[in-house]
Amino acid sequence: MAAMTMTRAESRPSDDGPSRVQTFLSRHGGMMPSFAAVFILVLLFIGGEIFLRGDFIRPLTISNLLIDNAYLLVLAVGMTFVILTGGIDLSVGSVMAFTGMLGAKLLAEGLPVGVAVPAMLLGGAAIGLFIGVLVQYFGVQPFIASLAGLFLGRGLAFIVSLSSIKVENDAVLWLQSTRIKIGDWVITPTGIIALVTVAIAAFVLHLTRFGRTIYAIGGSEQSARLMGLKVGRAKIGAYVISGTCAGLAGLLLTAYSNAGYPRNGIGTELDAIAAVVIGGTLLTGGRGFVLGSMIGVLVYGTIKTIINFMGAEQAWMQIIVGALLLLFIVVQRAIVARSEGRR
Amino acid sequence: MDGVRPLLELTGATVRFGADAALDHVDFRLYPGEVHSLMGENGAGKSTLIKAITGALAMDEGVLRLAGEAVAFATPHEAQLAGISTVYQEIELLPNLSVAENICLGREPRRGAVMSRRLMRERAGAALAELGLELDPASLLGTHSVAVQQLVAIARAISADVRVLVLDEPTSSLDLDEVAELFRVIRELKARGVAILFVSHFLDQVYELADRITVLRDGELVGEYLTGELLRIDLVQKMLGRTVSELRSRERAAEDDAEAGAGAILRARGVTVAHGVVEADVELAEGEVLGVAGLLGSGRTSLAHALTGVARLESGEIRVEGESVRLDSPRHAITLGVVYSSENRRRDGIVAELSVLDNITLALQSERGVFRRIPPARRRELAASWVDALDIRPPDLDRPVGTLSGGNQQKVLLARLLALSPRLLVLDEPTRGIDVGAKVEIQNLVGELADNGMSVVFISAELEEVLRVGDRVAVMRDGRIVETVVAADVTTDSLLALVAQPGEDEE
Amino acid sequence: MTAIYRHRLFWPIVALVTLIVINAVARPQFIKIRVQDGELYGPLISILRDSAPLMLVALGMTIVIATRGIDLSVGAIMAVSGAVALTIIDGAEDPGNVGTVLIACIVAVLVSLVLGAWNGFLVSVVGIQPIIATLVLMLAGRGVALLITGGFITTVNSEPYSFIASGYLFALPFAFLIGVVAIVILSLVERRTALGVLTEAVGINPEASRLAGVRSRSIIWGAYIVSGTLAGVAGLIYASNIKAADANAAGVFIELYAILAVVLGGTSLNGGKFSIAGTVVGVLIIQTLDSTILFLGVSSAQSPVFFAIVVVIVVIVQSARLRDGLAALTARVRSRGAGVQDSDKVEVA
Repeated sequence: MAAMTMTRAESRPSDDGPSRVQTFLSRHGGMMPSFAAVFILVLLFIGGEIFLRGDFIRPLTISNLLIDNAYLLVLAVGMTFVILTGGIDLSVGSVMAFTGMLGAKLLAEGLPVGVAVPAMLLGGAAIGLFIGVLVQYFGVQPFIASLAGLFLGRGLAFIVSLSSIKVENDAVLWLQSTRIKIGDWVITPTGIIALVTVAIAAFVLHLTRFGRTIYAIGGSEQSARLMGLKVGRAKIGAYVISGTCAGLAGLLLTAYSNAGYPRNGIGTELDAIAAVVIGGTLLTGGRGFVLGSMIGVLVYGTIKTIINFMGAEQAWMQIIVGALLLLFIVVQRAIVARSEGRR
Repeated sequence: MDGVRPLLELTGATVRFGADAALDHVDFRLYPGEVHSLMGENGAGKSTLIKAITGALAMDEGVLRLAGEAVAFATPHEAQLAGISTVYQEIELLPNLSVAENICLGREPRRGAVMSRRLMRERAGAALAELGLELDPASLLGTHSVAVQQLVAIARAISADVRVLVLDEPTSSLDLDEVAELFRVIRELKARGVAILFVSHFLDQVYELADRITVLRDGELVGEYLTGELLRIDLVQKMLGRTVSELRSRERAAEDDAEAGAGAILRARGVTVAHGVVEADVELAEGEVLGVAGLLGSGRTSLAHALTGVARLESGEIRVEGESVRLDSPRHAITLGVVYSSENRRRDGIVAELSVLDNITLALQSERGVFRRIPPARRRELAASWVDALDIRPPDLDRPVGTLSGGNQQKVLLARLLALSPRLLVLDEPTRGIDVGAKVEIQNLVGELADNGMSVVFISAELEEVLRVGDRVAVMRDGRIVETVVAADVTTDSLLALVAQPGEDEE
Repeated sequence: MTAIYRHRLFWPIVALVTLIVINAVARPQFIKIRVQDGELYGPLISILRDSAPLMLVALGMTIVIATRGIDLSVGAIMAVSGAVALTIIDGAEDPGNVGTVLIACIVAVLVSLVLGAWNGFLVSVVGIQPIIATLVLMLAGRGVALLITGGFITTVNSEPYSFIASGYLFALPFAFLIGVVAIVILSLVERRTALGVLTEAVGINPEASRLAGVRSRSIIWGAYIVSGTLAGVAGLIYASNIKAADANAAGVFIELYAILAVVLGGTSLNGGKFSIAGTVVGVLIIQTLDSTILFLGVSSAQSPVFFAIVVVIVVIVQSARLRDGLAALTARVRSRGAGVQDSDKVEVA
């Protein structure tokens, strides 16, 4: 009688195939949208290969995907934290521009990298903290609070300088100019930084109490609080992380373009949000993976690369990304509706 | 239990919301190794009492003692740490995390900041095994049925050092097998000396499980009883109470009813709604008032939803004036002259920030359509006449309706519906939570409306009220209409027996 | 006296008047209005003229916000509208022909209307959160605009088209008059029909409105159509002003300024009660502030910092106000999540 009547469907472990599939689904069902993103990525690769007659799937092309989009990957990592809590951060594009300008300015003034880089990261973190405090303590909607952050970052970028500032610091330029070759594959220090950021984020989100609290808030803030989790701290933490990532992205973009430019990253927050959503993170929070966001960034980068190769209008980029976003939102909506129906 | 000190003792508990007391000097005791049921209708103060015990709500007065020591919990988490765990009716877990995390989070095994997933799974597996549950701890909670989720919530509650377990309507979404399983677990915990507070609106379950029963009504303590010494009918009577109010017997013209019976306004056959109503038959003549009596959870509200297009039918047929209709929205029902007033005035009734004027004319205006605006002068006149007719106070048309008293809000809602000149009015607990004076006014109003040919379905938890207002009374239990009686033929006591249990004497 | 003080437009108007007074003291020519060839000129007139696109967008946003929604796509719709109009004019044999320009404008506005209907469909029928639903078009809309213009900045030289932004009628800038007409029509429609009160009912309590038989779906859908259409007209004015369709620059950030204007005007982002007059004041505050910042010698590129400060002040003031309101209803705060039966106990007798 100990075996519960209601558990027969879910949990009778046995060795045949279907049951293993069931176990996998019950454990990792939330990954399905991310798998869909992988599927789309593979389709894009195959499509690129066919259209470009075998010129697409090459180590160099794929390496460049990472190198060219390192800054976006770092932004998407930060954005993943915020969206997992059910929030949104519109400020990342302009914060990236601001920290890029700040770093370039400090370096131009002759300050060492050891000062300029921490200043960039702190600048990003400070704006993140500002947004987080507005959200947590003043009950401002994340959308509006991060909007203030967006204005602030953009304005500050122009206050640093109205025109672009060239960066001649060797250490910063080294980040992008160094090409580490492994066979035919290439990676730059900026690419490594982005990958390390992803790895750290994945570790934090999945194996620390802070990370699980982020997920818990997205699932139900009230339940998380009832479980005794430190909700306020984690929520502010998510915005600080997003801000810090924006600061780091500022560094990567500065290294990539050899300059700080105050108009950088206009609309980049939308790209980052799109990449996160395409990567399978639910905009309502609680479900998603930072690795999925990386896939999302790669999907984004691949579409861009294919459009470049084909010499098509850049405009298609926005339309395709918008359409993909819509597709994923509708799919997510269906998933949420189904899980609500279950309850 | 004599000689044993209560594990948890609440004395003089008072919680006020504004001027009203949701809990008024209530005493409550819970002994180790007992199952104690808290009973009461809507608004009796059950939830408030539970919240006061579990630290979700601060008391205005009163002392909570745990094992003899006065305690005050600022948050439910503090109460948990002290050994008071709660399983809520709405599952307060995280469907997006694994079963193991849901059981362990908040006190998960960690090394520094890093959690040990393996240890967590082991610990969760142990807690589940204790409940006889075979469940993959790594699976996502959301992939399981509500019943399993409910049991996981219990596993969480007992995986800590639990001394007091509060179960707030844990069975409302379980089927019979699942309930039996849950009861087995509860008995095991009881044998271990855990004090269990069990809230359920299913009398059968209470009588099966509880050692003692505490009854609350309108925020006040009615009494504490041993289950074995309290007859079911007495329990129901204590829950529903006997409000003494001015009685205006409706003069019923029986012959008139018979005459009108030729044209039934509403005829419903086999109406079934998921998780609500099973095969209900309702028939209503012009000018007739059908009272609906039943306890909370008996399906009385679902029936109202089914008749007014708020809920879709799973099966069954509804005929309005002989014509078969598929009501797909409240709007559709309104066009047929069938209108509904919700039991939840604040959430589903008034539009709090809009004026009395706007609220009264809302439904009529929507029926006419956006572009056929009621001329302002006529609109005011209309609203003023309703304010006058129903004696809504203060008689200020421009006041936001949210600032009115409950009784007056209810009258505004009634005015909104009556302005539509409906043929069938479905009122779900229209007198709940309002003062006696307004209550009587509304009862009388229903009588007058019926005298003027309107048909009314009148749902109430108060049996006397149902009997006084209704011509006939449908008694509901477990989603079924178990009997329909002529109001004049039954007394409150015999109706009580019907509501409580048909075979009362067999027990 | 307290009635005036308590009026919801009191603080917005105080802010606007203060701004104007500060400007007038700092630079007396600010309030000077010149008459030249029977047309009015001066800084104040410029503010009225320049505020037209934001005015139109903010009006639409007000209605959308009243239904508990938000429309992020207005800037993108402006870009599309401008692109459509200028492409038609550019492709016509006679760009200076009034008929051509009229047709171009009508087509552009119709396209905007369709885009608004698309947003409304996603929100009211599919049931997607407004922020997310309109994000799709915010992202893809500019791409569409770029495709229409072929990736270039289409410039035209069309006398009648330029008139939209720089022309004068009855001594006043034509663009300003468009804004006035929009305000008047919207006020009339909202107040002379039942649309206003039904919109508020839907925004305050969707479920109660549904039970009362309100067609909430159509009302919400309609709000997005209005917002899209007005954004389309705004896009025409913007393109006329620069005599070009710039898909990348048209209406950038305008959704944010429009939301700010609505909030400044006292309409809550939580939906419900809305004030068209408040939004008008909000738009004028933003435009005057912009002009003030410019006058202070700050580059317009840097002005976002000031707006960030304004946003924070408004938000904090509103949240303090919120707390005052809640203090009166402490009971309600304490019973948060207390369930149905308790909420009945809160009513003030």
